[in-house]
Amino acid sequence: MSIIATLIGQIITFGLLVWFTMKFVWPPLMQALEERKKKIADGLAAGEKGKQSLDLADKKAKSFLKDAKNQAAEIINLAQKRANDLAEEKKEAAKQEGERIILQARSEIDREIHQAKEALRQQVGALAVSAAEQILRREVDINKHKEIIDNLGNQLGQA
Amino acid sequence: MASEVHEASGPTAYIVHHLTDLKVGEGFWTFNIDTLFFSALTGFIFIYVFKKVADTATSDVPGPLQNFVEMIVEFVDAQVKDSFHGRSALIAPLALTIFCWVFLMNAMDLLPVDLLPGIASLFGIPNLRVVPTTDLNETFAMSISVFFLIIFYSIKVKGPIGFAKEMLLTPFGPWLMPFNLLLKLVEELAKPISLGLRLFGNMYAGELIFILIALLPWWVQPALSFPWAVFHILIITLQAFIFMVLTIVYLSLAHEDH
Repeated sequence: MSIIATLIGQIITFGLLVWFTMKFVWPPLMQALEERKKKIADGLAAGEKGKQSLDLADKKAKSFLKDAKNQAAEIINLAQKRANDLAEEKKEAAKQEGERIILQARSEIDREIHQAKEALRQQVGALAVSAAEQILRREVDINKHKEIIDNLGNQLGQA
Repeated sequence: MASEVHEASGPTAYIVHHLTDLKVGEGFWTFNIDTLFFSALTGFIFIYVFKKVADTATSDVPGPLQNFVEMIVEFVDAQVKDSFHGRSALIAPLALTIFCWVFLMNAMDLLPVDLLPGIASLFGIPNLRVVPTTDLNETFAMSISVFFLIIFYSIKVKGPIGFAKEMLLTPFGPWLMPFNLLLKLVEELAKPISLGLRLFGNMYAGELIFILIALLPWWVQPALSFPWAVFHILIITLQAFIFMVLTIVYLSLAHEDH
């Protein structure tokens, strides 16, 4: 248990170990640690940034959605209005058509009445002539009174 | 064979046998082969593992080994940054080397006391001490290296005149110059001596207790050696840590200009 030359050997060993650690072990390890530290910091920053942009996108999406909803509502309103208008127009058109049909029918009726009247008048004329013929056959020569009868017939036809 | 020796020569011989170095040479030029070998071996293990990790170190997700090494490195780095405020390329690697090397050398203590000497005796090696830190030469080698570093940095940072002034004029001023010098010398010399002796004493005592336990009947041994080994895990780590922290503190004191 004495201090001997082993001490010198140990000092050399110790010196070599320290030198080696200083030269080849410590720097790469510290560099790796620093790099990792930086990477983690960068990652955290990127995460924060991502979160912010997510918030932003969320807000944007919400505003888009709101706009779209408003637009849709507007379109629906317009469509409803247009539908109402169309219905109104159709109603109007139908009304007019109806009136037109009524008018036509009325004029048709008038015409038919007129025709009927005409026919009636002719028949009445013919009837009157035949009646007069029967009356006059007994006392009037048909040839003698032809002018009078024709005249009468014409008059009836005119009436 | 160890037990035969023990039976043949009694407990004292057994203890002495376990605490005798494998020596080569005479007088001062004696080399403790076992101390040199095991300290170099543990040093090599440390260097090998750390160099391997340092070569493949990535800043991406680390593997388990890199994680473990990084944990130690960061722990040492935190200790250095706590006490030492200057900039030095030496101190942190020095602290890391001391911590890991001392820890590994101390950890040789946890091997069964007769295991390696027993194997060695099969090859005709008479004595073997497997724990290099139970050799004063090892602990003083480190503490004296640290001492030289203290002197070196003191002179480097303060200049030769500054260092001389500090040695001669503090703490009591110019009128008590010799007394100041004496005080300062004691103060400086106490650093390596306490550093070396603390580690040596702890490990030597611990090893001695392991040897004493090994002398007891086999059925008592586990009950004693297990708790002592568990306690020793704490001691070996603590001693490595103390050596490292004191080195950092001494060197940062050397860097401080008064």
